[in-house]
Amino acid sequence: MILNKYRTEKDISACGLFGFINEDGKRQNGEIARKAMALMRERSNGLGGGFAAYGIYPEYDDLYAFHVMYDDEKSKERTEEFLSKNFIIGKDEKMPHRHVNAIKTHPLLWRYFLKVKEHKQDLAEIEEKDFVVKTVMQVNSVLEGAYIFSSGKNMGIFKAVGYPEDVADFFKIEDYHGYIWTAHGRFPTNTPGWWGGAHPFGLLNWSVVHNGEISSYGANKRYLEMFGYKCTLMTDTEVVAYLADLLMRKHQISIEKACSVLAPRFWKDIEGMSEKEKKEHTLLRQYYGSAMLNGPFAVLIANEKNLIGVNDRIKLRPLVAARRKSTLYIASEESAILEVCEKPDKVWHPKAGIPTIGTLKDK
Amino acid sequence: MNDFKTNANWTASVISDIKKQAETGGMLLTGMGNPSPYPNYWDRILLDASQVTNPSIDPLREPMELRTFLGRKSSKLEKETYPQLELSTPIMFSAMSYGSISLNTCKSLAMAATDSGIYWNTGEGGLHKDLYKYANRAIVQVASGRFGVHEEYLRAGAAIEIKVGQGAKPGIGGHLPGEKVSKEISETRMIPEGTDAISPAPHHDIYSIEDLRQLIYALKEATDYEKPVIVKIAAVHNSAAIASGMVRAGADIIALDGFRGGTGATPMIVRNHTGIPIELALASVDQRLRDEGIRNDASVVVAGGFRSSADIIKAIALGADSVYIASSALIAVGCTMCQKCYTGKCAWGITTQDPELVKRINPEIAKKRLNNLIRAWSLEIKEVLGSMGINAVESLRGNKERLRGIGLNETELKILGIKHAGE
Ligand code: SF4
Repeated sequence: MILNKYRTEKDISACGLFGFINEDGKRQNGEIARKAMALMRERSNGLGGGFAAYGIYPEYDDLYAFHVMYDDEKSKERTEEFLSKNFIIGKDEKMPHRHVNAIKTHPLLWRYFLKVKEHKQDLAEIEEKDFVVKTVMQVNSVLEGAYIFSSGKNMGIFKAVGYPEDVADFFKIEDYHGYIWTAHGRFPTNTPGWWGGAHPFGLLNWSVVHNGEISSYGANKRYLEMFGYKCTLMTDTEVVAYLADLLMRKHQISIEKACSVLAPRFWKDIEGMSEKEKKEHTLLRQYYGSAMLNGPFAVLIANEKNLIGVNDRIKLRPLVAARRKSTLYIASEESAILEVCEKPDKVWHPKAGIPTIGTLKDK
Repeated sequence: MNDFKTNANWTASVISDIKKQAETGGMLLTGMGNPSPYPNYWDRILLDASQVTNPSIDPLREPMELRTFLGRKSSKLEKETYPQLELSTPIMFSAMSYGSISLNTCKSLAMAATDSGIYWNTGEGGLHKDLYKYANRAIVQVASGRFGVHEEYLRAGAAIEIKVGQGAKPGIGGHLPGEKVSKEISETRMIPEGTDAISPAPHHDIYSIEDLRQLIYALKEATDYEKPVIVKIAAVHNSAAIASGMVRAGADIIALDGFRGGTGATPMIVRNHTGIPIELALASVDQRLRDEGIRNDASVVVAGGFRSSADIIKAIALGADSVYIASSALIAVGCTMCQKCYTGKCAWGITTQDPELVKRINPEIAKKRLNNLIRAWSLEIKEVLGSMGINAVESLRGNKERLRGIGLNETELKILGIKHAGE
């Protein structure tokens, strides 16, 4: 793992975020996300920026796309040896990038398109994914100098130390075409210079960009550990990605309910609900109290089908949404949306704890 | 006693205890919890607060939630849950039997628990007929003497507690002398008037973990699986392994009683030297249950000398779902910690059956004072949650990041699972 060298228990940061989904599946290049982020430059301080995009690798859509950063050739060799034990490497290559003035040094950046090996293929789908999760956790926590920062199919995460616009240029994100994009500019209060600390955070197809600080981090982390998730990156955002995976993939809970776990309704509001709803929300709080995210946050969670925006229970960080035809935009600031969508049909401020969800239409 | 010359080893109490034993040839008896100056870890733990990156929350302006559910939850959402106790705040009154305390004291606790939306605990003395109206807020205890245990009693309570041990006297049974066994106590306990009520040291039907499992399920069968079953043990060296066994044996809630917990009567030798601090037992039990992936299968309630809301907040952050209080509740109704409970002559009408003394407790007034204490502590817990930028107690539970040790060595920090202040 590329170490968070200050070994801080968790990485506190403020930020700007932006995302959109074309529910009709239309793919657009990264220029939109870059432009929106550039407008919110004030919200970051050049110590981290990143993008996640879905639909970018259609030619390899049944292979896991791993984006990996390495400290050196040695860690690359070690990791490749480890991966090749259980995976067939369909393709591997240096991640395309160009040199930009603002980004002086960078780790080795490699991408792989992988398939789980035959002898592992009697695994049911859910087990195969658990196996991939385990592999990612192992590489990130055990193999020194290697960090898998993207591990989904037909999607990818691009992140670095720098302002989001610089990161976009560095990774040439104008060359990628996706139907969902999320983006992040970071303003960390510590851990300068650590690429792994930039957002989005990803696991399988999940990606998370996050503005906030999770005051319940200790409780969430210890809860996740019971299910085999290792919070090795010491950032609170990591916890959100793992909770999304646990709740929505492993426990098969609906998006709305999962968001109610992350930002539960207040008891005073639950009291006033219909008997059926009251029971549902009470059960969620009884079962998943330790998964509640407390503290100020605005977060965008995405997977291959959905873009979800949700705030903490009392909305201590900004989040605004807009819609134009079949595109849903969510951002920290309205101005960022207007920058890329001049005349939205509707602009609104999502209520605290109530998710805003955009879903890809079935073809 | 001031006549003795100052001596660090042969203190006045050592000398007078020896003289007493030389006269009587008996064990020294005492009441209440361990008074010896062992380290108190609550006093070596500090709380975190929010600054800048994370706004603190003002409990006067924003909701602050303390509601707590105790009982088994499986780790994955299901349509129904196992039976749960619902508490308005993570505090309950710990077991005190009718017999060890007066009926007026029992009544005060029962009424206050009902008003405050928490639970009281019958202890091992059965449920007096006048207290059945407060039974839906009662945890009914099944101890080794099985006093007053019958079907109606089990069905009346909100939960059933199997008492295996008590912090003030781990491994020791109980003894209520015959002179205290009045007509009413004899009826409630279902024993002849004037006979000694002796609780054996172990349950004679529990010599192993499988035996415990049988008793747990016998009680669940008897009450149609409608009530959580609590198993209470004294905090001892291998509590973590025992607790894991208890959860696997079917306990829905485990209660741990630390060595500062009180009692009506106990041999001084045991009270002062046996058991471990609840802080360490709690941290190791919580961690063990997590390591084994069974922490959701049971709630953890801790007892043993909680003196203030600060102790409670720290306990929750160390992993407790709720605490039990008893000594502090008795102080609220008059107790002065004179430790003379075992004499049966409590001047405050608490640990006595003398009708003249019992009259001194007015249940209405005592209830009000107990309600006040619960309210005051709950307000303080909310204030601290707010200062941490947290608005629900769930987010404090097991959140050791918000604790720091002060003046603790590495082993202590490791067991508690917390960092040192400044780290
Ligand atoms: S005041 Fe009563 S209850 Fe308190 S310690 Fe003394 S005898 Fe015991």
